[in-house]
Amino acid sequence: MADTKIIVNCETGEVTELELTAEEVKQREADAIAYAKAKADEEQAAAEKAEAKAALLTKLGITADEAALLLA
Amino acid sequence: MATTYVQIASVSVGIGGAATMGFSSIPATYTDLCLKISARTSNVASDSANITLLTFNGSSSNQTSKNLAAYGTTVFSDNATNINAGALNGTLGTASTFNNVEVYIPNYAGSLNKSLSLDKVNESNTASGNGMALTASIWSQTAAINQITLAPDSGNFAQYSTATLYGISKS
Repeated sequence: MADTKIIVNCETGEVTELELTAEEVKQREADAIAYAKAKADEEQAAAEKAEAKAALLTKLGITADEAALLLA
Repeated sequence: MATTYVQIASVSVGIGGAATMGFSSIPATYTDLCLKISARTSNVASDSANITLLTFNGSSSNQTSKNLAAYGTTVFSDNATNINAGALNGTLGTASTFNNVEVYIPNYAGSLNKSLSLDKVNESNTASGNGMALTASIWSQTAAINQITLAPDSGNFAQYSTATLYGISKS
């Protein structure tokens, strides 16, 4: 995996390709873990919402299309 | 009305890929900034499995976003504490497609919190991979923006990913 960053200095136009510092690598890993967790939490919430919706439709004895028609 | 629309700088990823690409020492002489991104990831992943994260002045804190998106037949909205600068296609997805994003940052050098808008398109040969999204974000910091960094949420940008920064002035 490339651990390089490409930065262009807008004042001079100089383009620099540098190795990430140890701190940047650590932060990058932490950011990746945080994003993965947030994404997993979001998917979990969406799955629970879909499950609750399906259960409610069953309880009401109507389809999703019929529910949409009611709410239109 | 924008009278001046000038390319400040452009960055492009070479053959080895890159963990991040960005802009430093952004001059404070314009009114607004416009950033155009065309990016792909070298991850072994499907279309839209990854995203680009955008940060200002080296900080990923104090970010709030409202996203509205549509992929395939699914439309959804959500809130986030990051700035999602577009989905990325990986090596398992459609070959040679780069997703395009425009980021508009008004009053980037002012003394208030920084708001920005993002217009994102994801290109794919699969019906579920095609998509678009609009995002309204705020970076709750009053410092002028002098640095912008783009990074995939994991892995690297692929070769030929580019980002171009434009300065916009009202005179």
